[in-house]
Amino acid sequence: MNSPLPEPALAIAAAAADAPAVLEARGLSYAHGAAGPVFSHLSLSIRRREIVALLGGSGCGKSTLLRVLAGLARPATGEVRFLDTVQAAPHPRSALVFQQASLLPWLNLADNVGFGLDFAHQPQTAKAARDERIKAAIAAVGLAGREGAWPAQLSGGMAQRTALARALARQPELLFADEPFSALDAITRAEMQSLLVDVVHRWHTAALLVTHDIDEAILVADRIVLMGGRPGRLLHEWTVDIPRNREDHPEAVGALRLAILSALRHAS
Amino acid sequence: MMGANLLLPLSGLVLAALAWAAGSVWLAGVTPIAASFAPLETARALLALLQGAELWEHVAVSLERVAVGLGVALLLGIPLGVLTGLSPLFSRSTTPLFQFARMISPLSWMPLAVMVLGVGNAPVYFLLAFAAVWPILLNTAAGVAQLDKNWLLLARSLSATRRETIVHVILPGITAQILTGVRLAIGIIWIVLVPAEMLGVSAGLGYFILDARDRLAYSDLMAAILVIGFLGYLLDHAARTLHKRWLHAA
Repeated sequence: MNSPLPEPALAIAAAAADAPAVLEARGLSYAHGAAGPVFSHLSLSIRRREIVALLGGSGCGKSTLLRVLAGLARPATGEVRFLDTVQAAPHPRSALVFQQASLLPWLNLADNVGFGLDFAHQPQTAKAARDERIKAAIAAVGLAGREGAWPAQLSGGMAQRTALARALARQPELLFADEPFSALDAITRAEMQSLLVDVVHRWHTAALLVTHDIDEAILVADRIVLMGGRPGRLLHEWTVDIPRNREDHPEAVGALRLAILSALRHAS
Repeated sequence: MMGANLLLPLSGLVLAALAWAAGSVWLAGVTPIAASFAPLETARALLALLQGAELWEHVAVSLERVAVGLGVALLLGIPLGVLTGLSPLFSRSTTPLFQFARMISPLSWMPLAVMVLGVGNAPVYFLLAFAAVWPILLNTAAGVAQLDKNWLLLARSLSATRRETIVHVILPGITAQILTGVRLAIGIIWIVLVPAEMLGVSAGLGYFILDARDRLAYSDLMAAILVIGFLGYLLDHAARTLHKRWLHAA
């Protein structure tokens, strides 16, 4: 626990030690227009079935980093390897969850979950198999029986569950989640955090959770990576070895929170 | 429950009818001919008109003009709105022009329209389309500008082709706003329609009002006013329902 990152390259070596990586990024830099780089020479790897929290204050570039890792923005330097191939476009086995559910209001819940599975550049599957995947994804987030509901009729929590199901329907190897619960009320957020952990474990997928909430990172992640500085870089990382459910171990959670807060203070 | 929901709106209508009856009694004391403005006379005239064929022909002509005017406005307004929403260059170069043109009452074009397009349906179509194009154009542009950026990211994360993005995200994504524009457009068209039909045409509800006046058939005139209000209400209701159904918000 609590190991600083002297050299990004070393961090990769450490992370890749015991399980194959689903995503491996090396030497990433990114800049918008004339403003200085958002981040530079940044490396990160995510192992299979691992939940990594990318923690940082607002404006530190963590959402931009997520977009580059997801293949939605091209880095100025460096490369992202997804399942050992260099990623040129978003990989079909990766999926996104945003802060807003962003469901399509003209499609019912099931059609939202299945949205895009039949697009030309997606792996071709038979309709029956797609329907099966949609059904399983809806059941996984606890919305079985609500297939015909319309987005306008869903509460914020149910909409975000649907968004999670939409990501699961793609049978992702890696789930990118950008502050997915920060628009929800505290009780719904807690429910969604444990649902995310549960679903990620049962569906054998990995997840990269971008968050500014230290407690959320501690409750959800196997590993926490702290991003900060200007241009942004990865400042620190912690392996979270507190047994789940972590709410039952307040001392360990509190100690880790203090360690993270102290690292944040040193960074600023 | 249903009764309570209807009670309040109905009470407003009943109150207005009572005020109408009182007003026509008072007015009849001043000018005796005003007696035919009274609710009962009007109801009698309305019943007769509804049973005859003439009123229906005028209604059909007016509704056809609404459809043509709205159709032309959609054909022009949607592409121009998409262009305005997508291209800052086009938007910047046309915004002052559109804001200027939209503030000119369409009826002020009437003499010019008749001069250029001649007497008949063409100038009416022109006026209605000219009145209706702005809300459609502006709402379409707003719809494109307000498209949820995450929908586009989602499409990109699915490596959607340009066609898939337009067909599955952009067009359905702006449809709600276009329908809002249609609803506003129908409201404007319906208001502009009656005066537009008062010049150079020999059918339609606007023509019928003037004709009733010339025949001194004041209860027919009042009946026509009721019909205009009722049809306008139905059109607006239809547009609202369409919008709600699209968003499944009902």
